[in-house]
Amino acid sequence: MSLKKAVPFSEYESSVHVYGRIWMALALLLMIAAPVAMCVYFDAWPDGVYLLKGLLGVAPMFWTVGIIEVLTYAPMLGTSGTYLAFVTGNLTNLKVPCALNAMEAAKIKPGTEEGEAISTIAVASSSIVTTLVIALGVLGLNFLQPVLESPTLKPAFDNILPALFGALGAVFVSKNLKLAVAPLVFMVVLFLLVPGLSKSVGILVPVGALIAIGVARILYKKGLLGGKDEKAAHADA
Amino acid sequence: MPFDVNSGFLYLVTGMIIVFVIAQSLFFMGKAVKRAKHLGISRQTIRSTILSSGLFSLVPAVSILLGVISLSQFIGLPLPWLRLSVIGAVTYELPAAATAAATMGVDVTRNVRLITDPKIFTNIAWVMTLGILSGLVLILFGLKKIQNGMHSITGKDKRWGDILMDALFLGMISAFVGMLFSQIRTGLPGFIPIVVALCSAALMAICGILIKKCKWAWLEQYALPLCMLGAMALSIPITGWMS
Repeated sequence: MSLKKAVPFSEYESSVHVYGRIWMALALLLMIAAPVAMCVYFDAWPDGVYLLKGLLGVAPMFWTVGIIEVLTYAPMLGTSGTYLAFVTGNLTNLKVPCALNAMEAAKIKPGTEEGEAISTIAVASSSIVTTLVIALGVLGLNFLQPVLESPTLKPAFDNILPALFGALGAVFVSKNLKLAVAPLVFMVVLFLLVPGLSKSVGILVPVGALIAIGVARILYKKGLLGGKDEKAAHADA
Repeated sequence: MPFDVNSGFLYLVTGMIIVFVIAQSLFFMGKAVKRAKHLGISRQTIRSTILSSGLFSLVPAVSILLGVISLSQFIGLPLPWLRLSVIGAVTYELPAAATAAATMGVDVTRNVRLITDPKIFTNIAWVMTLGILSGLVLILFGLKKIQNGMHSITGKDKRWGDILMDALFLGMISAFVGMLFSQIRTGLPGFIPIVVALCSAALMAICGILIKKCKWAWLEQYALPLCMLGAMALSIPITGWMS
């Protein structure tokens, strides 16, 4: 898989990068302005040593995860979807599955211009609904807290990820069985052997992706996935 | 100013940033809808994408709200509300807050009570903020190069581009499906996530049959949220039987 000459961006894509960067820069400024405002208002700046100690406890892990997430999810979400989804957060448990489901339901392929439009609409809709639900929930917390924290509902909230990835897996695995077998078997065996890894599943997403891409490339070159190289493979045989 | 983790000022800061996030979402939604129409995507598809994505987000949003509630027990409501509405996820925010508090001698995992020292609170706010910014900085300065790299890898071979995208999805799905097996050594209750996932997959298969055989095309957009809700509801009796 050799890197070919860079493909130039379309005019539309370039414009997305311009306004995407403006929004992203504003978001970054606001994120940093929030703790600054808190320190000024309460006249309480943290001690540099404690701040550094705290950062050393989380940054090596979460900065790495952040970079991995960009490299993994940006191709799925498309340019404008990425600019928006990374500001609104909750990627793995919400925005990425939401975008995938929207493209699948609309029968539009990811990585295309149409896919990017649908993915961005899905992420935007999801962000607005999520922000409003949390805001309404916070405002009505006295009423909601006993219901949400009731022991009866606890198993349902404990099982959001199995409920999400069971259905999503059924769609994508059944569609791409040949591609799915290797990363699935690898991950199941890995988690059986090292259960503690469930706390850092984010880091394993690109590992699964690399295995799937490697297997896909081999199968594609052998002409087992259809497409361009199929004829060549049959000719070789 | 006297310090209070639930002060009106903190609500004001949070409110301003939440308004920004909604404005950004509306701006991107407007641009994407315009682009979708330009590309010939039907109004019906656009409308159902908006509706089904909103519906799909309801349950995970409630779960995020639960994260806000759990964090609010020691850092008040506004800060976790802000953090979980923008960038963050509870899997990051909780350990970040706990680590920042621990560096100043406060163990929030054992002794859950509201922070009263403003210096501990601002330390937590800074660690939560700075510890998660790598993704945003990389996108701000590097997304164009990353996308260019993707264009170069897929090149003109459209079929390989499609396969590459499928492989990326499957990488993510396989990691999370694999994670469901991490607890099975603990005995029968450890199988609960797998059974719930299988129920969800079975519900999706039923939806697939209804869409194809009974021509229920409308179900296509809503199958995932319905299957999720169904499997979550089933997880209540399943947990009862298997615990």
